[in-house]
Amino acid sequence: MSDMKPMPETSPNSPERRRFISAATVAAGVTLVPGVMLIEVAHGRPEDQPASSAVRWGMLVDATKCAAGCDECVSACSTENGWTPVAESKHPKQAPQWIRKLELQDPLTQMETNLPMMCQHCAEPPCVDVCPTGASFKRADGIVLVNRHTCIGCRYCMMACPYKARSLVHEPLNDTQKPDVPRGIGCVEACTFCVQKVDRGDGTTACVEACTAAGHNALVFGDMNDPESEISRRLRELPTKQVRADLNLNLGVRYHGI
Amino acid sequence: MASITFREVEGSSLKYWLLFGGIGLFVLFGFLSYLYMHHHGHVVTGMDNQIVWGLPHVFAVFLIVAASGALNVASIASVFNKPMYKPLAPLSAILALALMLGGLLVLVLDLGRSDRLIVAMTHFNFTSMFTWNVFLYSGFFALVGIYLWTMLDRNVKAYSKAAGTAAFIWRLILTTGTGSLFGFLIARELYGTAMLAPMFIIMSFAYGLAIYLMVLAAAYAWTGRPLGDAVMLRLKSLLAVFVAAVLYFVVVYHLTNLYFAKMGSVESFILRDGGIITTLFWVGQIVIGCVIPLVILLTGLGKQRTWIMIACFLVVLGGIAQMYVTIIGAQAYPLDMFPGMTMKSSFYDGVVHGYAPTMPELFLGLGGVAIALLVTTFAVKVLRLLPANLDDATVAKLEH
Repeated sequence: MSDMKPMPETSPNSPERRRFISAATVAAGVTLVPGVMLIEVAHGRPEDQPASSAVRWGMLVDATKCAAGCDECVSACSTENGWTPVAESKHPKQAPQWIRKLELQDPLTQMETNLPMMCQHCAEPPCVDVCPTGASFKRADGIVLVNRHTCIGCRYCMMACPYKARSLVHEPLNDTQKPDVPRGIGCVEACTFCVQKVDRGDGTTACVEACTAAGHNALVFGDMNDPESEISRRLRELPTKQVRADLNLNLGVRYHGI
Repeated sequence: MASITFREVEGSSLKYWLLFGGIGLFVLFGFLSYLYMHHHGHVVTGMDNQIVWGLPHVFAVFLIVAASGALNVASIASVFNKPMYKPLAPLSAILALALMLGGLLVLVLDLGRSDRLIVAMTHFNFTSMFTWNVFLYSGFFALVGIYLWTMLDRNVKAYSKAAGTAAFIWRLILTTGTGSLFGFLIARELYGTAMLAPMFIIMSFAYGLAIYLMVLAAAYAWTGRPLGDAVMLRLKSLLAVFVAAVLYFVVVYHLTNLYFAKMGSVESFILRDGGIITTLFWVGQIVIGCVIPLVILLTGLGKQRTWIMIACFLVVLGGIAQMYVTIIGAQAYPLDMFPGMTMKSSFYDGVVHGYAPTMPELFLGLGGVAIALLVTTFAVKVLRLLPANLDDATVAKLEH
């Protein structure tokens, strides 16, 4: 055994050993922390628990702050949910639009109003009423969704929606699809209130984040059942309206300044 | 009461097979159109996110409405005990089944995911008028099938009246369901009214009878069997009553709408400013579909068979125009989300939506018509549906 090289000195106080331990600690930290953080985030709603009716997700749109010509919310929705922006579509009339900017004008007074229009997440959704297979459904927390697996593409929900909020996927989809936002040709789709983000525990939607980042702050998302939430507080203070309030559908999206 | 001999159409002549092949060709075109649409998606149609139901729905709903109306002749015979209509009943029942089949095929083949038809058969939402219609259509096939059986099989003849009554009640509910597909929609101004259910019923009477008369006359002319004026004149008078009733319903519907200020703009769109929709309404639905047929049927012209056939054909054309105005017209007019405001967006809010149907849509629709005719043509060959003789003397004996 005399030809064996002597082992390097690895006493507890050796500088090499100290360097190794600190590097390993950093590596372990880098590996573990995101995992721990994910666990934190997942506390939004564990997968094995159903959505709760104690929560009612809703959105406040302050049309007085919604800027003309700005479409940050639309771009953010398209990026988050993987639908092609209408400007890039070869078939603009057939392209799905989950959210769009509406420009309103009063022909008498010439007053202009800008606002985003999307699924209003009705408490009494006509799309859910008319869907023959039950593919259109409302979650307990108020989010109206389409089940990709049972939608037969009959478009009756599109006939029934008073807000023109739904789109049919008219052509095979390109590869921009997001893993957590399933879409498919021949199925109907609409704004989901970024349900994937909500279930992750983000507590907000892509359009709201984009509007806030752009400094407009025209959109607020939150739990309308929680009296302490920002949306509830703002809804208490601001006069708001529901679009086509005459239909009495109890909307999840409320507008100020229309 | 004299008995009537029913006999199959021989169907071995070159003319028969040419007819069969000609209709079959349209069935083939319809099937190819379906494959094309299914492969590429609805992007190859003129339909979009504005006009979501297009020409296939126009044909499908027309055929379904006409199907229930085609059963009327049989209903008059067995439910209302009119002996003269008894020999006409089997054709009426088979035509009803054939038209229903054609209409339903167009409807399901136009689904975005027609491959998921089984889902529609296994997942039900009973607040949906569509779900109810799935049961109404299936029940229609069953009841009319049983009714036809009681007419063709002497052993079960005793049940004919009961089966006929059940089928009659069922068809009234069915057309109520078809009208309510639109009547139960709150989003669009022209829908959302109970008026649509009875209006569809009376339309079904007219369209179904017009098709029945054309098929009856063609079958007898092409097989060389005698068909007397007694039958034709009785049925054409009935058609005149139905067409007049359709006109009445359409007038009341639009007059009522015009009275409400909130409906003013959508009515102006249909009646005055809607371009092709307005033309189809006035020229197609009103003049071709109602006024000219009424003039023909109620004047001396209506005594000539050629003119009766022309009137029937015009009623059918008017019916398709009516479905186009009802289905496409209501969608073409933009949703009024903010009454009194003008609207602009990338999603075509606030603008009238154009629609140009493509060839596959047209041929899919015509394929449904062809299926109905093919089934009828084949059925009269294999089943004893048509009386060998319907001349005036034979028919007169039935009434005594």
